[in-house]
Amino acid sequence: MVSETMSYREALRAGLEEALIQDPRVFLMGEDVGRYGGCYAVSKGLLAQFGAERIIDTPLCESGFVGVGIGAALGGMRPIVEIMTVNFSLLAMDQIVNTAATLRHMSGGQFNVPLVIRMACGAGRQLAAQHSHSWENFYAHIPGLKVLSPATHSDARYMLGQALADPDPVLIFEHVMLLNEPGTVPENPDAPMDKALIRRLGTDISLMTYGGNLPKALAAAEQLQQDGVSAEVVDLRCLRPLDKTTLLESVSKTHRAVIIDEGWQTGSLAGEISAIIIEAGFWHLDAPVKRVCSAEVPIPYPRHLEQAALPQVEQIVATAKAVMEGR
Amino acid sequence: MISKLHIDRAHLRHQLKQMLRIRRFEEKCAELYALEKIRGFLHLYIGEEAVAVGVMSVLSADDQVVATYREHGHALARGVSMGSILAEMYGRTTGCSRGRGGSMHLFDRATHFYGGNAIVGGGLPLATGLALANKKMQRLALTACFFGEGAVAEGEFHESLNLAALWQLPVLFICENNNYAMGTALTLSESETNIARKADSYGIAAAQVDGMNVVDVEAATLEATEFIHKHQKPYLLECKTYRFRGHSSFDSQLYREKEEIALWEAKGPVKQLVQWMRNNSHLLDSELDELEKEVEAEIQAAVRFAEAGEWEPVEDLYRDVYSPRQTNS
Ligand SMILES: Cc1ncc(C[n+]2csc(CCOP(=O)(O)OP(=O)(O)O)c2C)c(N)n1
Repeated sequence: MVSETMSYREALRAGLEEALIQDPRVFLMGEDVGRYGGCYAVSKGLLAQFGAERIIDTPLCESGFVGVGIGAALGGMRPIVEIMTVNFSLLAMDQIVNTAATLRHMSGGQFNVPLVIRMACGAGRQLAAQHSHSWENFYAHIPGLKVLSPATHSDARYMLGQALADPDPVLIFEHVMLLNEPGTVPENPDAPMDKALIRRLGTDISLMTYGGNLPKALAAAEQLQQDGVSAEVVDLRCLRPLDKTTLLESVSKTHRAVIIDEGWQTGSLAGEISAIIIEAGFWHLDAPVKRVCSAEVPIPYPRHLEQAALPQVEQIVATAKAVMEGR
Repeated sequence: MISKLHIDRAHLRHQLKQMLRIRRFEEKCAELYALEKIRGFLHLYIGEEAVAVGVMSVLSADDQVVATYREHGHALARGVSMGSILAEMYGRTTGCSRGRGGSMHLFDRATHFYGGNAIVGGGLPLATGLALANKKMQRLALTACFFGEGAVAEGEFHESLNLAALWQLPVLFICENNNYAMGTALTLSESETNIARKADSYGIAAAQVDGMNVVDVEAATLEATEFIHKHQKPYLLECKTYRFRGHSSFDSQLYREKEEIALWEAKGPVKQLVQWMRNNSHLLDSELDELEKEVEAEIQAAVRFAEAGEWEPVEDLYRDVYSPRQTNS
């Protein structure tokens, strides 16, 4: 397979470009996606290439333009709505949760909403509490939505196309700490968007994570290897629906699990996955499931405190070792 | 400008019948609610019939309609079958939303009826988006969006008006100003109580109309839709109306005087039209009886249809959360 090297940002842009070329119904809409080039420069150049009819700068009105995206999707278009960051999506939460997620059900299957919403997420840039929270857990809670977390360059490149092919509303969370990372993009997607993937094989313990924490989990697995622990790394990829099969298969092989989630532990996706493992995989377990989540504090501004609040490689390693040792 | 408006006897009879269908249907609903055949919230439109009927009679079959939780009248006037509406309120699979939505969430693809939205203000961006799709796909259709004056205080009203004007979208915003948002009077909730005037600041053309007079509503709508088609821009119509019943079935109406209700009832849309037609020899008592009988028969048939509808098996609980699985890469 031919692989191409590019940044995660470029992979996202390549996905956008392809979507716009392939289907005239597709348009990108959001704050500063056009003239400014996207606040994370993901859509840079697309305005020149596709024009203002397809790359639409909106005013600051998250609820309004997300709602417009829903209406346009109902009207037969294939809108890609970009919300600058997940933090601001809370202003559009009503439209996403009360309308996009419910219309199909409330209309008895008559109206589906083929809308894709992309948003930047994650902490690590010292942007303080209102720009750093991991709300993807919220959205993963909502029936009617599909929630994707592309952690790799391949997923950054291909998940958008997969999401657009889906007849229902799909949310894509793009972790800001991945944007500049170089990586390879194969010619084809790794798997259907809703399948979890084993990113590293191992036999002793399963590290389960998604998005911006995948590189951290992989780094932790390398360190553990040096200490003689073989860690398997599971990339959830899709936070709703969760691919329980892959999770449970991994645990049934390694018999131990640590879940890494940048959300807060209380009420987190990590908690949900622990419950899934305990409900359906309890007899496979050789040790209690553990979680590495963000500290239960609004993410602070100073670097040392921000880093202390986020899941870190050392923490993952230490937690995995504790599980191995039955601590 | 209002060149196409044809107010002849047959048309007025038609309008009267449409209003009677809504009025009698909802009276029946209240009865069925008391009998606990219908549950949940029940928001009656009684008193406001002239708005839905006047507007709908101008819309084309391709236009889309977005309504609120007080939408039985809109659905009926739009042509959604009475039986499927009632069956929906019964929660049966034969309902227009398969029973999944109930009174507040009537949907009907065939008539481009996009609900049935219980979030105050929630329908405005959706309608604006439908209009955006119409424009992009070069369809001639416009989107009609009904909302109460209470929605005007929500950010989505302002966001939607701004976007519709900015992008020149063919959307008709219809504010049904019945003076009360639940129990809060307009004067207690808005610094500027002239809602049509709010459109000004967005550069949107607007008009105020007597929402108790079906002919006036129809004429104003015709003017509005002609404007929208000609200029490819939004338009806001404020219809001054009144609901004779409480906000929902759980309203003791402490917030308004009986005299006020009586005052409005005197100029009720059905009463007004009947009087006018009688005075002008357009309606014999026997004809009115005939209309009432036709409506009653339709309602009886709707009740039978709703009663006969199936309950969805619980095994189907998870249906319509997501679209059927498609092969996607
Ligand atoms: C966002 C939101 N806030 C509050 C409510 C509760 N609520 C339901 S109807 C209503 C009043 C709305 O009044 P108006 O828009 O004037 O419509 P009307 O009922 O008069 O037709 C309120 C406050 C709601 N459904 N949605």
